[in-house]
Amino acid sequence: MNLRILLAIPLAAAVACGGDKKAGGADSSAATAQSTSSGADLTGAGATFPYPIYSKWFADFAAETGVKINYQSIGSGGGIRQLVEGTVDFGASDAPMTDAELAKAKGPILHFPTVLGAVVVTYNLPGVTKPLKLNGDVIAQIFAGKITKWSDSRIASLNPGVKLPAKDILVVHRSDGSGTTYIFSDYLSAVSPAWAAAPGKGKELSWPVGIGAKGNEGVAGQVKQTEGAIGYTELAYAKQNHLATAAIANQAGEYVEPSIESATAAAAGITSKLPPNTDFRISIVNAPGAGAYPISSFTWLLIPKTIPNAKKHKQLTDFLRWYLTKGEASAATLDYAPLPQPIISTLTARIDSISAGTAK
Amino acid sequence: MTAPDGRAVVEAREGDGAALRIHGAAIGDRIYSSAITFFALCVPLLLLAIAWEIGVAGWPTLHKFGFGFLTSSEWDPVKGEFGAAPAIYGTIVSSIIALVLATPLAIGVSLFLSELAPRWLRQPVGFLVDLLAAIPSVVYGLWGIFVLLPVLRDPVMPFLRDTLHLGKTGLFTGPAYGPSMLAAGIILAIMVLPYIASVSREVLLAVPRSQREAALALGATRWEAIWGAVLPYARSGIVGGVILGLGRALGETMAVTMLIGNRPEIAASLFAPGYTMASLLANEFSEASSDAHLSALMAVAFVLFVITLIVNAIARWLVWQVSRNSSGKTA
Repeated sequence: MNLRILLAIPLAAAVACGGDKKAGGADSSAATAQSTSSGADLTGAGATFPYPIYSKWFADFAAETGVKINYQSIGSGGGIRQLVEGTVDFGASDAPMTDAELAKAKGPILHFPTVLGAVVVTYNLPGVTKPLKLNGDVIAQIFAGKITKWSDSRIASLNPGVKLPAKDILVVHRSDGSGTTYIFSDYLSAVSPAWAAAPGKGKELSWPVGIGAKGNEGVAGQVKQTEGAIGYTELAYAKQNHLATAAIANQAGEYVEPSIESATAAAAGITSKLPPNTDFRISIVNAPGAGAYPISSFTWLLIPKTIPNAKKHKQLTDFLRWYLTKGEASAATLDYAPLPQPIISTLTARIDSISAGTAK
Repeated sequence: MTAPDGRAVVEAREGDGAALRIHGAAIGDRIYSSAITFFALCVPLLLLAIAWEIGVAGWPTLHKFGFGFLTSSEWDPVKGEFGAAPAIYGTIVSSIIALVLATPLAIGVSLFLSELAPRWLRQPVGFLVDLLAAIPSVVYGLWGIFVLLPVLRDPVMPFLRDTLHLGKTGLFTGPAYGPSMLAAGIILAIMVLPYIASVSREVLLAVPRSQREAALALGATRWEAIWGAVLPYARSGIVGGVILGLGRALGETMAVTMLIGNRPEIAASLFAPGYTMASLLANEFSEASSDAHLSALMAVAFVLFVITLIVNAIARWLVWQVSRNSSGKTA
């Protein structure tokens, strides 16, 4: 009975988004008079975090080319499962596929970063007006329950001149499996060996302390309602809801506030260090470079390297070229950070390696 | 000639035609009865298929952790350690809180509506109570976050803990953050109330008038008539309503997930956050990708399935007991 509810939500979302696209692509498909009447041309499934920008991209792409893409935001895990089982043409995920998952797939799968997400640390301290300054070690200790009061000297020493209350800290984390949690715990694991040992990184963790709230809205709601609370949400959500966000020390020791520019800067900072044949299954948390916001991450489209159907091969590769040129330009309008230029060039060159060959 | 009773038609006729008719009617009957039997069997078969599917998917976890799966409090998807004890505990405790709060209220409402309320008030109040059942779960959750939690956090929880000194009992201690077993129990109480109330009301209305009149004629006050004559007569039906509410409370997902705090830990205090099996599934299923994790979630689903089954069996037995006793008394 619970599964029914679980299934109903993505289905409802899919129905809703299918309706959107029909409305968006209606005139163009009529104009091109293609065989687009028989539903979607391509289907994909996966991450919910980039869903707003993906659905805009697919609508715009359908308006331009008449190719309809049906995307179901059922979650990264579900997207990977469906891709591995071959029920969708492409997947999408907030965390790169593991080697084990790749091994289960029928053929090689390419990771195409699309946009960048960033995770902000939000808090409720009525007396504090300027963004609080935190570093990775302190954040890890707060979320591990080792720092329990706001007036703790480890927080105070980062914020000279700020009057911090002697209140208890209430940690609020996501209860639902989430790419946001993955990015946040990936960062904490990168900066704190103790965190890396336990609880480690993942979409769901065994949290040492705190309360679990469902979704960004649940975390933000709990933090807003509780004085002394601290939590994390994704950047787009925090921006749209004007949450108080902390400035976080990056690798160079510079305190950076979360923004679209500082997330792109994080990707730019890591690009120069990539080997030319990278598979882009890379983490960009705690990236080097000036102005880089340390809790940033790619989100990926997962594309099979061999697409047996020649028509689908053309449509999918056309879309990949389209998003790398026109799509990236519109990312910031929905508060997603676009990829830096060097990565776009590398990815564009890689599209040609996707073959239309018959499946072996 | 489409008489409902085929035989009457047959007898009115003569010769071979009649024999054919009889034959035809028998075939029709047989097709009809086998079709009905098929439909009737479909439902239990579906139940078995679901149990089988969930059981098979959850088997690797149940096999690996054995009985420890039910008793361990460790739920760590990163390390692959799974124990469902806090979720089982939370499911049962939140449902008990819900029933403790909702049952007296629901019986009060239904007694008022069936025995005391003026006729013009019965319909609208009854309708409004039933309407509670039509509100979607997620709306209850949102209402809980924005209305119930702030009220709990400020006057209610400190009042229970400090003013009434209930903190000493251990049930109402600790910081009052809001999301808690108590919050989940209260929202569940509101959600199951209409089920209990409407079943109880129907049952009370079905109590024969003679039952009340006899009590009143013996000189009983109105209260004594209700307590002594009406309620015992309706007892098995009311217990049935409570069980229906319990079933709903055990499986409720969204509203509970939004209010319980989702912490896999067994705490004595009702102010502490907890977890339920249904909310664990809702939270983790969509993003679970490793086989071990999926299997663990399926095992949780299987345990929930079995617990629901056991609770329903106990409930059946209870209703049967109560109705046997009360019929024995009245006879």
